Amino acid sequence: MSASPTLVARTGSFFHRYANPGRFLKLGARLQPWLTWPAIVLTLLGLGWGLFFSPADWQQGDSVRIMYVHVPAAMLASAGYAALAVCAVLSLVWRHPLADLAAVEIGPVGACITALCLATGSLWGKPMWGTWWVWDARLTSVLVLFFLYLGHITLIRAFDDPQRGYRAAAILALAGAVDLPIIKFSVQWWNTLHQPDSITLTGAPTMSSSMLWPLGLSTLGISLGFAALVLARTRAAVMESRIQALLSSPRRNQGNAA
Amino acid sequence: MTHLPYIAASYGLALVLSLTLALNAAWRLKTARARLAMLERGNLRPVQPAPRPEAAPSSTDTQTP
Repeated sequence: MSASPTLVARTGSFFHRYANPGRFLKLGARLQPWLTWPAIVLTLLGLGWGLFFSPADWQQGDSVRIMYVHVPAAMLASAGYAALAVCAVLSLVWRHPLADLAAVEIGPVGACITALCLATGSLWGKPMWGTWWVWDARLTSVLVLFFLYLGHITLIRAFDDPQRGYRAAAILALAGAVDLPIIKFSVQWWNTLHQPDSITLTGAPTMSSSMLWPLGLSTLGISLGFAALVLARTRAAVMESRIQALLSSPRRNQGNAA
Repeated sequence: MTHLPYIAASYGLALVLSLTLALNAAWRLKTARARLAMLERGNLRPVQPAPRPEAAPSSTDTQTP
């Protein structure tokens, strides 16, 4: 069954309402402090609580405190790539110009958070597993995600005509989204060294509430921080493209030549 | 605290990465806002792009005078 053309058109017009750069910049400027300040406060609260006040694990000792950085980073690595895939659909189906600019800006932030996830995972793995790295399904699929981010960053800037870069990168983002369920279910589908999820949508968490609260706060804070960073970078990108358009406008160049 | 170096490295890495990204975003926003304001007031002259080493001309090269 296919979606009706009216629904597609209505959705398109909804998204295009925010394709207007002026409207987006106005909305973005209003939204920015509401994302940035709660992100700073919640992240400091969550990480401070996790680092100094939450209990050590009976088995892992204090190394469990790495969880308050590692778990939000892992969640956001996948969520960031899902956002790239959404931008890809908006770009390919509705040719939404802001989706392309957002995709350019999500890539580097997503790659950084994935690198943080891999690095903190290694730093947690060394004292617990006795090794920095194993070619286990979860770790390998996250490494593939990191390479997908790097590929996206490279591809989107690889063409002289930006539109071709946007199209190619959008296709890569959609194809790479296959990795997301593999990351999620890798610990169930294969026998991995990585532990299974402690928090699921269907069951009760297998973690004490004294650890769950700081984890929730740091996850919320870091997620808001990710959104704030992407918003700030996209606002800057919109302004930069406006600057480019103004500088390359023939009327302006003629005026300067005269 | 057990495993202190690993914990310190994790939190330090998170701090450095978030500060770098935040400062970069703030600097880009500030620069873009200032340049756009200058341009809209008509005070900024177009910047000539630096010559590229490649032999093949790009699509943008043909537009510049």
